[in-house]
Amino acid sequence: MIDLHLLDIKDWGSEPTRKGFGRGLVLAGDADENVVALCADLTGSVQIAPFAEKYPERFVEVGIAEQNLVTVAAGLAHSGKIPFAASYAAFNPGRNWEQIKTTAALNDQPVKVIGAHAGLYTGPDGATHQMLEDIALMRCMPNMVVIVPGDSVEAEKATVAMAKDTRPNYLRLARDNTPIMTTSDTPFEIGKAYVFSPGKDITIVATGTMTSVALDAADKLFHDGIDAEVIHCPTVKPLDSATILTSVRKTRRVITLEEAQINGGLGGAVCELLSEHDPVPVIRMGMKDEYGQTGTPAELFNHYGLTAKHVMMTAHEMMS
Amino acid sequence: MSSSKNFTDKKRSITDLELMANTIRQDIVKMLEKAGSGHSAGPLGLADIMTALYFDILKHDPNNPSWEERDLFVMSNGHCAPVLYAAMAHAGYLPTSELSTLRQFKSRLQGHPERNTLLGIENSSGPLGSGLSQAAGMALAMNMNKESHRWVYCMTGDGELNEGNVWEAIMLIAKYNLHQITAIVDRNNIQIDGTTEHVMPLEDLRAKWEAFGWHVIEIDGNDMEAMIDAAAMARAIVEKPVVIIAHTIPGKGVDYMEFDYHWHGLPVGLADVAGSPPANEQAKVALKELRTLRGKIKNESHHD
Repeated sequence: MIDLHLLDIKDWGSEPTRKGFGRGLVLAGDADENVVALCADLTGSVQIAPFAEKYPERFVEVGIAEQNLVTVAAGLAHSGKIPFAASYAAFNPGRNWEQIKTTAALNDQPVKVIGAHAGLYTGPDGATHQMLEDIALMRCMPNMVVIVPGDSVEAEKATVAMAKDTRPNYLRLARDNTPIMTTSDTPFEIGKAYVFSPGKDITIVATGTMTSVALDAADKLFHDGIDAEVIHCPTVKPLDSATILTSVRKTRRVITLEEAQINGGLGGAVCELLSEHDPVPVIRMGMKDEYGQTGTPAELFNHYGLTAKHVMMTAHEMMS
Repeated sequence: MSSSKNFTDKKRSITDLELMANTIRQDIVKMLEKAGSGHSAGPLGLADIMTALYFDILKHDPNNPSWEERDLFVMSNGHCAPVLYAAMAHAGYLPTSELSTLRQFKSRLQGHPERNTLLGIENSSGPLGSGLSQAAGMALAMNMNKESHRWVYCMTGDGELNEGNVWEAIMLIAKYNLHQITAIVDRNNIQIDGTTEHVMPLEDLRAKWEAFGWHVIEIDGNDMEAMIDAAAMARAIVEKPVVIIAHTIPGKGVDYMEFDYHWHGLPVGLADVAGSPPANEQAKVALKELRTLRGKIKNESHHD
């Protein structure tokens, strides 16, 4: 077992994943002058600002026009650039899905679609801004790679990796502070899932910031006599089938965990894999075919059953 | 690829270009009849402009489609694919014999153009409204790379201007003064549900583009010389991006199609359209008209 250099739960830090993206974009820009950035009137919010300040000649402000955002990016990619096109996930890819499909994915251009403020962490803004369908939307698009980093440190690494990836990519980011679980030495590779906490009784596959919830639950479950294995799955597409199937051969039961629609999301992806290769009982935790609402993230996670306590209850239910 | 040679260095006479446009029209009719689906009116109306582009205006090399110094042509109205394929074939990007594979299984000539299936196509299109934005991205890349003397031509339909994405691009191109872009609007006044002014009025179209910061040139889009002159003028204007509003006749060259919006989305030989020959006669009638330049060339009987 390789050392993943994870922090102990008691040592976890806190930062929004978008901050890591902002740092990663500057690093990617330092490394390759073809890296460019586009934004739709949210430069500070989606953390494009550090790049735009350092490389103003490589930054394009398109205004509040998300269709233009990705199609201009596709034109830049056509001509050899590696464009990072950022807005809120509710609009990018919420509004411009067809443009992403036709001009980026069908053309197989390395357009990097950055969906910030995704999921329930956009709490008080309400249902219109809580993008919960993005994983499903982007996962069904041929050629597209879907990345949901677990924390800001991983988001930084993912951004640097995306700049080197020749495919169109989607990166999902959250607004609020979320736990920092990983360190600069923790490995990240597009397409790889990682066993963040080994166990033998039940597999919890989590993506994005929900991995911290899974780890918290697994830690407490251990004291209840349940040895849960937590797989952190920052790339939802292509799914790391081998890592998931290896775990499931051992545990024979699975919980999936995401702050997104389970239909077509990580839950959908894992069920597609298992139903074809190793059918075992699965409980999908996430948004169950409903929209969010205004509230603090804590209120919302509690209301929609997405806290460590809910994961523990689900694990107990599956074990009994 | 240092041996690239500009295909349009050899200047052709206007008469030669007009004859080429006529040949391309005949190919379009044959392609559509064989395919049994596709759009007729737009491609026929655009044959002159596309001939002007591929045989006079664009700097390009059909033997090296990826030539780094080439001008870029972005077709935003991808449903006019037949005229693109026919012009590219006659320029040498593909054998003219391949034109008959339009819309067939495994053909490089997909129903709507795809960048990854045929070298020389800059962008996949069909879903309307995205071409001008892609042209903007290409021009921004040229500026970042400090490449001058390269031009980007983008063709849009007029019905296509219903799409909000186009106006987003129009604003951005003016904002950054991407004057190496020349937009060409195929102003043929028809779209699927009727005339443009009935479906969603576009006029005063010149005033709209001007209000968005563009220089407007209006031409007869079926006049070869006018198109070539307008493109030259567009390259000379650097203080603003330029749009050429090209008034074209939909179905140009085929009497029964001209100006009839029913032919926008129909192929030759599929449907009976009021006022047109019966389906099985349509291609024959159209080709005869085109070959004889509407009866101006009399001695044609051996072709019937």
